[in-house]
Amino acid sequence: MAKATHTGMVRSHNEDSITTDTQIGLAVLADGMGGYNAGEVASGIATALISSETREALARHAPHELDKGSGSPLATRLLRDIIARANTSIFQSANSQPQYAGMGTTLVVTLLSNNQITIAHIGDSRCYRFRGDKLQQITRDHSLLQEQIDSGLLSKEAAKRSQNKNLVTRALGIEQQVEAEIRTYPAQAGDIYLLCSDGLNDMVEDEDIEMTLTAIGSNLPLAADQLVQMANDNGGRDNVSVVLIRVKKDFPADDGLWTKFLSLFR
Amino acid sequence: MAKLILSLDGQVIKEFTLTKERSTIGRKPHNDIQIDNLAVSGEHAIIMTILNDSFLEDLGSTNGTLVNGQPVKKHFLQSNDIVEIGKYKLKYVNEASASMSQAEFEKTMVLRAPATGNKVETTAEIKALSDTQDNVAQAPKLSDTVINAQVAPPPAAAPKPAAPPAPAAAPAVSAMPGALGAAPPAPAAAPAVSAMPGALGTVQILSGPNAGKELPLLKPLTTLGKPGVQVAVIAKRPQGYFITHVEGANFPAVNGKMLDAQAHALHDHDIIELAGVKMEFFLKS
Repeated sequence: MAKATHTGMVRSHNEDSITTDTQIGLAVLADGMGGYNAGEVASGIATALISSETREALARHAPHELDKGSGSPLATRLLRDIIARANTSIFQSANSQPQYAGMGTTLVVTLLSNNQITIAHIGDSRCYRFRGDKLQQITRDHSLLQEQIDSGLLSKEAAKRSQNKNLVTRALGIEQQVEAEIRTYPAQAGDIYLLCSDGLNDMVEDEDIEMTLTAIGSNLPLAADQLVQMANDNGGRDNVSVVLIRVKKDFPADDGLWTKFLSLFR
Repeated sequence: MAKLILSLDGQVIKEFTLTKERSTIGRKPHNDIQIDNLAVSGEHAIIMTILNDSFLEDLGSTNGTLVNGQPVKKHFLQSNDIVEIGKYKLKYVNEASASMSQAEFEKTMVLRAPATGNKVETTAEIKALSDTQDNVAQAPKLSDTVINAQVAPPPAAAPKPAAPPAPAAAPAVSAMPGALGAAPPAPAAAPAVSAMPGALGTVQILSGPNAGKELPLLKPLTTLGKPGVQVAVIAKRPQGYFITHVEGANFPAVNGKMLDAQAHALHDHDIIELAGVKMEFFLKS
């Protein structure tokens, strides 16, 4: 895993926040918003809370265990609950302290376990998958532009010229409740997952991100720095943050075979 | 706030500010923008405005609507577009982007949908809240200064040329696909002033089986070396060219000096050594 974050060439504050934990296969990236330093506070609360709570929860349960109620992997419910708590916590601080009023943050979280990646997101921070030299955007922004694209009002090309780039339709900490979009996908050895704030994808074309990962994906820290640098070379109008995660080898859950073996005798 | 400037034969007649979500254009008096001329249909076209973006739609008019000389049915308006209806011209000017500092403007904000759900109607009731209360509330008021800053990102990357795969021979120099081909220069990396206008960085191989070969550094990134053994990358940036070690136990050397993990700026006629191959970096004008 590698990460990089930069204030950019225009802004005075870095309101982005990232944390990663290789041990539990977790990465959290948040792009805060709100006056003064409230954006940093919101994104900081989000990343700190989500990583510490996930760590705690995983000490008790394996993420690939199936949830008894829904039958989906536990990771999904776990992230949903933790994100809901982070939302409450940011919402309450925003409402109790006037200097934080209205703060919020976008969010993208990935959790790897048992050859699967669970991705949760809110707002316009994204997750891409780089597999077989092809880059693919996995998350769909919760933004006005994405909705206009979906409704056919705008083409993807036209969206790049829109003046309404900066409007998200969902964010963490803005309202009492928020629904995170959470999905689980199979992960393969060699996959590279890219988490980024809009400071990257607004400034660097997807083809150039793909080209960078093709060329120097073997060195993740360098690739992360290169992506940030490209965003800044292109103008760096926003904070830019990236997390790169490479799946080194298959990572089936330790007890996978053992459980199957045991189940034969039950 | 966006506006339309109505003119006939170069004479400005009137200005209309697009304050409404739907502004109608037509010959009949109830239109927001009335053009009393027989070439104009009663209800000719409408302009839908969603926050800072405006869309023009022809309502099946008899004589049609042109934008920048092209007939359109539906069009996403860009600042300085010329809309032609009959002999009349309407110039679309969108000052939103210039009316406040770009940095302030582009800050992410949350749109809150009406209480019914989290789906925002693209046509109606878009309420911008949060961050924000200030930003959004002030946005329309700040439109004093008029500078037309185009905020679109730089043009897309150069099309990928289908270059022959580099020969995998020996510890030779192989380039990423595209680097060897006659690729057009990649504009995406350098919208800013180039440090060396007109000069193209090139690497010429001095030793080994490929000696004499030239490698133009057209793309934002060109890798040198052999994957799994030793790889370095040369990044083309507005400030110039930089070489960085990517993988392998050995680091490349420039002018006999071993590099560390940091990017190293290349100068004209620098000698690079990589996986036992010597090559020269130079600027070609």
